[in-house]
Amino acid sequence: MRRFLSRKLITYVVAFFIGVTMDWGIPRLMPGDPIQSMLSKFSLQSASYTAQYNAFAAEFGTNLPLWQQYVNYWKGLFTGNLGLSVWAPPAHVTTLIFQALPYTLALLIPAITLSYIVGNRLGAAAARRQWLDNSVLPLGYILQAVPYPFLALLVPYLFGIVWKIFPISHAYNPGLLPAWNWTFVASLLDHWFLPFLTLFLVSLGGWAIGMRNLVIYELENDSSRYMRALGANEGVVRRYAYRNASLPQLSGLALALGVVVGGNVVTEIAFQYPGLGTLIFNAAANNDYFLLQGIFIFIVIGVLVANFVIDLVYITVDPRTRLSMQGSTA
Amino acid sequence: MSESVSDTPPLPETSQTEAELAETGAGFATAVEHAAPFVGRPAAAPANVVGRRPRRGDFVYYGLRNKKLVVGVSLEILFIALALIGPFLAKYPPNALVGPGLSHPNHTFWLGTTNLGQDVFSQVVSGLRMSYLVGLLGAVCASIVGMALGFIAGWRGGIIDEIIQLFTNVLVMLPALVLLIVVGAYLQNRTIFFEGVFIGLTTWPWVARAVRAQTFSLRSREFVDMAKLSGKRPLSIIAKEIAPNMASYLFLVIILLFGSSMLLAASYDFLGIGPTNLVSLGSMMNNANQNAALFFHLWWWFIPPGVLLTGMVAALLVANVGLDEVFNPKLREQ
Repeated sequence: MRRFLSRKLITYVVAFFIGVTMDWGIPRLMPGDPIQSMLSKFSLQSASYTAQYNAFAAEFGTNLPLWQQYVNYWKGLFTGNLGLSVWAPPAHVTTLIFQALPYTLALLIPAITLSYIVGNRLGAAAARRQWLDNSVLPLGYILQAVPYPFLALLVPYLFGIVWKIFPISHAYNPGLLPAWNWTFVASLLDHWFLPFLTLFLVSLGGWAIGMRNLVIYELENDSSRYMRALGANEGVVRRYAYRNASLPQLSGLALALGVVVGGNVVTEIAFQYPGLGTLIFNAAANNDYFLLQGIFIFIVIGVLVANFVIDLVYITVDPRTRLSMQGSTA
Repeated sequence: MSESVSDTPPLPETSQTEAELAETGAGFATAVEHAAPFVGRPAAAPANVVGRRPRRGDFVYYGLRNKKLVVGVSLEILFIALALIGPFLAKYPPNALVGPGLSHPNHTFWLGTTNLGQDVFSQVVSGLRMSYLVGLLGAVCASIVGMALGFIAGWRGGIIDEIIQLFTNVLVMLPALVLLIVVGAYLQNRTIFFEGVFIGLTTWPWVARAVRAQTFSLRSREFVDMAKLSGKRPLSIIAKEIAPNMASYLFLVIILLFGSSMLLAASYDFLGIGPTNLVSLGSMMNNANQNAALFFHLWWWFIPPGVLLTGMVAALLVANVGLDEVFNPKLREQ
């Protein structure tokens, strides 16, 4: 277990380091000067432009030598100071992020866990049951093949416009003031459902197909044959097959996270849902480089933390990692 | 009969434990995402069945008998044909303003027009070509980088392997779409070439993982030892002894990568961070969305590109499962 965890931790530390360095480096490597593009919005005289430019450069520390900027960036990160937003001044980048975060989490956490659980159950049930397989399998392939933006348009079109069941944009009725009363919470849930459904559906097919294939493989395993030979009934054999098959699925979940986060951005924008995805998109559209940097590193941290949580779950589920018997690592 | 056994996950080599499987074969196989969604799902294959070398005729024979492969490939050929002859069918340049805005599908404008009066059919055909182009670019790029690193890691092992694995795992974790939003904010002019290469450079870990795992299990085989003893150079051992034994598996991985590159590109284009000023299936959906196509029931604007792309990718997936059964004798028997 210690071996397993320490390897993982090294990966996380390196990932974090690379993420931060990219986050710091991209604005500095890319063509174009953020401050310049920021100031170009105001038509300034050349003298006042230079003055403004120098003031901003001093404020943001871009006039320092690069290594000093890099060190400052790390310092800012650990003190929680990600700078000011240019687009929504004078808001702190961290404030904006924490305002948007609950919406993103409210979409992501239920969508990921439910599609994982339902997909796995569905796939396991479909394995080696012809009638169910014939419906789950094609559906699974279609769900896997459907482009994300298309689903994010089709779902609101059908449920919101054609059948008029759910609202299709924003997180709550814009006519309401946020408060903890029933009307507002109902409005929140009402607006939450369709983006959630989109995110849920898009990964469902993959989990179902993956689980189906793994369970079929497990059911033909020697261990399953042995159990059948001992006279165990099929239900028991299936239960063991399912448990064995969920291990690779679990590590698949960790691998999927980075991508689900991307999908979440598409959903939030299609639904104008005020989470981190919409925020980073607005930041990019408005050349708000500090906000952009801040959200990027925040998302990276989020993915790493989620990965770590999945690792911990993996350790509790798989006794072999606990006993540090996970075979040769090379 | 063969239906239910399709793509059974890898039959592990003796040395492979579950945890390792998770790392390489099966877990990878089921990593179901949008981006690299099903990349690696072809897990069935690490056939590694070394024995009588299958004759090419065998594959053709079993291929033609496999319903999934035939259906998937025929569909895909249909789409590719549409992409190739489309420009002759489409009467207008994709961006030309040729008719009244927002007209329903009719016999002049087969799929209606956009708000500006652009012909949706011409746009779809053009978008189709762009999707294939970006899919190809992404898959080629990812294969080159992924194979190079995968072979090196699997062949050399040791510290080099550790380092390459570390970077592979790190890259898998970094959210590519978010990265592209950040990069896109600075690069104002992006080409389709840039998009394809970006996709390739963020999805190669899937290829690298597959190649590494296969190389690792193959390199200790007798025929590789034999080649080493006979003084062959590593490069030629990899090319002549190792690569052919995983060719079919690799082929499946690359097909899936091709599909997922097309899907990724659609997401990027939808967000407007794809190539600038290019009509693609994703950018059509973006335009439809921005012009309230949902609200005004302009279904012909976003449903054709979406359905078409779904069809293209689904056909690839089905063909892939079929190929899997053709390549893997174990699946074939049933």
